[in-house]
Amino acid sequence: MSPSSAVAEPVAPAARPGRYPLALFRSELQLVFGRARTWVLLAVLAGVPLLIGIAIKLSGSEGGGEGFIGQVAGNGLFLIVASLGLSLPFFLPTAVTVIAGESLAGESSLGTLRNLLTAPAGRSRLLAAKMVALIVFCLAATLTIWLSGLIVGFALFPVGDVLLLSGTTIPLGEGLLRALGIAVVIALSLLGLAGIGLFVSSLTSTPLAAMAATFGTFIVLGILTAIPQIDVIHPWLLMFRWTSFADLLRDPPYWGAIGKNLLLQAGYLTVFYAAAWARITSRDIV
Amino acid sequence: MTQTQQQPAAGSPLVTRGLTKRFRGGQVAVDSVDLEVPAGSVFGFLGPNGSGKTTTIRMLLGLIAPTAGEVQLLGEPMPKAQLRVLPRVGALVEGPAFYPFWSGQANLLRFDAADSTADPRTRKARAGEALERVGLSNAAGKKVRAYSLGMRQRLAIAVALMQRRELLVLDEPTNGLDPQGTREVRHLIQDLAGDGTTIFTSTHLLAEVEQVCTHAAVMSRGKLIRQSSVAELRAELRPRLVVRTPDLGIAAETLKSLGVTDLKTTDETVEGDAVELPIEKFAAALVAADVRIHGFGLERPSLEETFVALTGEGFDVAQ
Repeated sequence: MSPSSAVAEPVAPAARPGRYPLALFRSELQLVFGRARTWVLLAVLAGVPLLIGIAIKLSGSEGGGEGFIGQVAGNGLFLIVASLGLSLPFFLPTAVTVIAGESLAGESSLGTLRNLLTAPAGRSRLLAAKMVALIVFCLAATLTIWLSGLIVGFALFPVGDVLLLSGTTIPLGEGLLRALGIAVVIALSLLGLAGIGLFVSSLTSTPLAAMAATFGTFIVLGILTAIPQIDVIHPWLLMFRWTSFADLLRDPPYWGAIGKNLLLQAGYLTVFYAAAWARITSRDIV
Repeated sequence: MTQTQQQPAAGSPLVTRGLTKRFRGGQVAVDSVDLEVPAGSVFGFLGPNGSGKTTTIRMLLGLIAPTAGEVQLLGEPMPKAQLRVLPRVGALVEGPAFYPFWSGQANLLRFDAADSTADPRTRKARAGEALERVGLSNAAGKKVRAYSLGMRQRLAIAVALMQRRELLVLDEPTNGLDPQGTREVRHLIQDLAGDGTTIFTSTHLLAEVEQVCTHAAVMSRGKLIRQSSVAELRAELRPRLVVRTPDLGIAAETLKSLGVTDLKTTDETVEGDAVELPIEKFAAALVAADVRIHGFGLERPSLEETFVALTGEGFDVAQ
């Protein structure tokens, strides 16, 4: 067609098959779990039970000591609980911060956000897909520790019926289920932080800045939690009831603190998800 | 050669009214732009770098919100109807952007999955066809990190070709391509236009407009200063009479006496705006004045010269 020849007839709209709104969510999971970085993070988390297990084995401890760690040598199942508990203050928040910080800022810095929005992904749906992928990552992170703790604990230590904090004993199978419950509760405990990370990530085009800011916020909240003079605000701080997961090892489980913790996480998540939504739906994407 | 006149707004797949973008800090990047792209045209959106082309395109596609004015794509308001409209629009905005750690094919699948109207069952096949069409079949499995800029540019075009589109909005589609790649993309654009797809393509290269476009609009400093068919633009250009001769002085005087204006003399030529006289009259007069004529004829200025005259700015001219 030469530049000046008569223009052609416009195309008739092509027939469209049904709608596939979930494809983006699947693609989002592929993006998170298809990256080497994610697997490195999970590998580090899987290394936590291994490190603790080997240290305890080498120390020659025989069990019956203080806390979950003290009980590992007596019953390998406690390696799962101890590893989850020890990963909660630092390793798990770091991993969540990395993935959350990358989520929107990463797309923005690569320029792929433009392609997604003109696809069109829809800004609200894209944000929802990012959040779902984050939740799945939180679960994957704690379940990785659960699985690694299970393998290492059973390989290095004797296992058997589980003596609970309340003094009763439950069979090993139920003990494993309770440990799985702890993994899930801890994953849910990370959602407030994930929400903060998602929001911060919507503010910038630099993933590293988003990660740093999110982690900085986490540390400030941690410091505030440690200052006794301001204990009036403590119940409202992100990680105040993080240790409530141990209540799952009572008989019957004590749900009060766990419930309050999950409610607080839901509150943080709602506020910051809404803020991220307000930001992403109004922002100029350049 | 007949050139279709601009069609009524109802049939136009891309219309803007008073489209304006003022950035924070007060800088007006796009100032009251009224575009109307005829259905089935290849529309060249032309302007020097920084004239507001990319900002306009971002507003067309709903990536940034206009400060004032409105956009209609395929008859529907943007960005309100974007989820309905954009699946029918292929877009390439400001350079290729991909996940470097994924293959070209994986990137195509990801962007297609973001479109909820795209059928997952045909996704792989459509990606294969799109890659084939831009000549990247052999590099489909290679990580984009290892792609050259030209390959990325072609992959970006492949994204736009994943589905049958009624409108393609392409921002500098030949940027970063070598001459061979540029030719291929131009052929591709002409192919697609032949299928009836309306193509809106921005460029700072005039050669591109001359070669592939049926219509053109010219931006300068945020304002739309001209919009018409390329044939109309050409027709407006007054041809210049050019005489190649060693007798510059006599030739110039002779032409002046015949009413030729805007005379310019170079080392070997005299040229000027020819009046209505038949061209042979000038030749006869020059011969009668004993001017030795080495060359004689009417030369039409290129679009480039016209646009430089329109914008008062230089263009990067290809080749």
